[in-house]
Amino acid sequence: MNDNLQDFLMGAVRAAAIFGGIMTLAPMLVMAERRICAAIQNRVGPNRVGPMGLLQPLADVIKLLFKEEIIPDRADRTLFSLAPLLAFAPAAISFVAIPVGRDLQVADLNVGVLYVLAITSLGVYGISFGGWASNSKYSLLGGIRSSAQIISYEIAMGLAIVSVLMISGNVHLGSIVEWQAENGWIIFYQPLAFIIFLVAAFAENNRLPFDMAECESELVGGFHTEYTGMKFGMFFLGEYIAMVVMSALLVTLFLGGWDPVFFELPEGAGGTAISVLCFTVKLLAVLFLYIWVRWTLPRFRYDQLMKLGWKAFVPLALLNIVLTGIVVSLLTGTG
Amino acid sequence: MRSEMTEENKNETERPRRSWGFLLYLPAVAKGLYNTLLHILKLKGHKTFTVQYPEKRPEVRPGFRGEHRLKIDELGREKCVACLMCQTVCPSNCIDIVAEEAPWEDRDKRPRIFQIDMLRCIYCGMCEEACPCDAIELTEKLYTVSTSRAEMIYDKEKLLSN
Repeated sequence: MNDNLQDFLMGAVRAAAIFGGIMTLAPMLVMAERRICAAIQNRVGPNRVGPMGLLQPLADVIKLLFKEEIIPDRADRTLFSLAPLLAFAPAAISFVAIPVGRDLQVADLNVGVLYVLAITSLGVYGISFGGWASNSKYSLLGGIRSSAQIISYEIAMGLAIVSVLMISGNVHLGSIVEWQAENGWIIFYQPLAFIIFLVAAFAENNRLPFDMAECESELVGGFHTEYTGMKFGMFFLGEYIAMVVMSALLVTLFLGGWDPVFFELPEGAGGTAISVLCFTVKLLAVLFLYIWVRWTLPRFRYDQLMKLGWKAFVPLALLNIVLTGIVVSLLTGTG
Repeated sequence: MRSEMTEENKNETERPRRSWGFLLYLPAVAKGLYNTLLHILKLKGHKTFTVQYPEKRPEVRPGFRGEHRLKIDELGREKCVACLMCQTVCPSNCIDIVAEEAPWEDRDKRPRIFQIDMLRCIYCGMCEEACPCDAIELTEKLYTVSTSRAEMIYDKEKLLSN
């Protein structure tokens, strides 16, 4: 077997494993969301399907599959069908560059950060197209709000990442994690950038307190008002996978990725397994934070959201970059 | 005059001054997260109020007005003497009594038919209040269930055995 083929096969196996992993994680996340929100609201949550209700996501999927697909009368049929895929696919493929364990990722891209940022922002097309193609004012408003919001917060998020890159001196995600394994997590060097990134990540994923795109109380269901059946399911899945990707990026950039902190990773396959475990635990912790915040905070008003993005986060992120630049250049003695 | 009015209005609608700490939202966010965490962990008196229905039934308080029962005396006869007081007082007209001559010495009449339409009944308890012989009462039975309308009209046997 020649090297090329072997590389290709290994890549395929890793892709299948990691893709399968996030596809399993997304439904479990829906389940976790429902149980945690129930706990916060002094309820029990779904506990009937399967042991402890763990098969509820499966029941949901079966229900969605058997639901009637309705396409509104004067909807743009092509875009209407394309939109859920456009929301789902970028979220799924942006995971390839994230190192889920020591030297373990689908594609070892040397511009990993840029790749993930570029692909995750494509998700907004799905939402905007869905809003436009539905031929409904609620959907359109949801789509417009979503794109405006994502564009605003993308800037703050990018600027927050810049300060991380300045400290670690690399755009290769694996190297950023290795830098953190040696020098400590970046959250301790860049708390401000962490907060900005976290809030921007909520906004990017259209999660509460920034779920302007859905906004049930104002826009019925926002961009997916007119969607039914598995098309709606795809939007839903895409949203949760995007959440997983953003959390993974957050863990990689700020929380030391697969670094176990308290001990050195042993060499070989055992060490890799431990590193994957560490990454998973951190990922789940961040996802819990996502859910926890969602069921705690009320929704921001649209103008407050824009004000917070442009008047607070962008200037703060810029200030942070300047300060980081000064400190880094003083410490390294360059510039 | 007019300008004064607008001046006043302007003062009234002016936004309150907020401190930087408030505008950061973060203290309030942290407070909220702490509060919901207490709910998740069920601390500080937070508990789940849900009754897991088919396995557990809600507790019925004393004095709850559920399905009716016709009482039986020491000799095993129904206490009812078919005086029609309950039928008269019933605000929803759900009681239907047809009397017949009683075979016993101590009373003139007894009910031949005693029907209560449970679909009409509002469980007010007036029949229980009006009864001179203490023959009808409301039990604490909560689940009035059937698969047809006909079954919802309870007859004498059903009410005696309730």
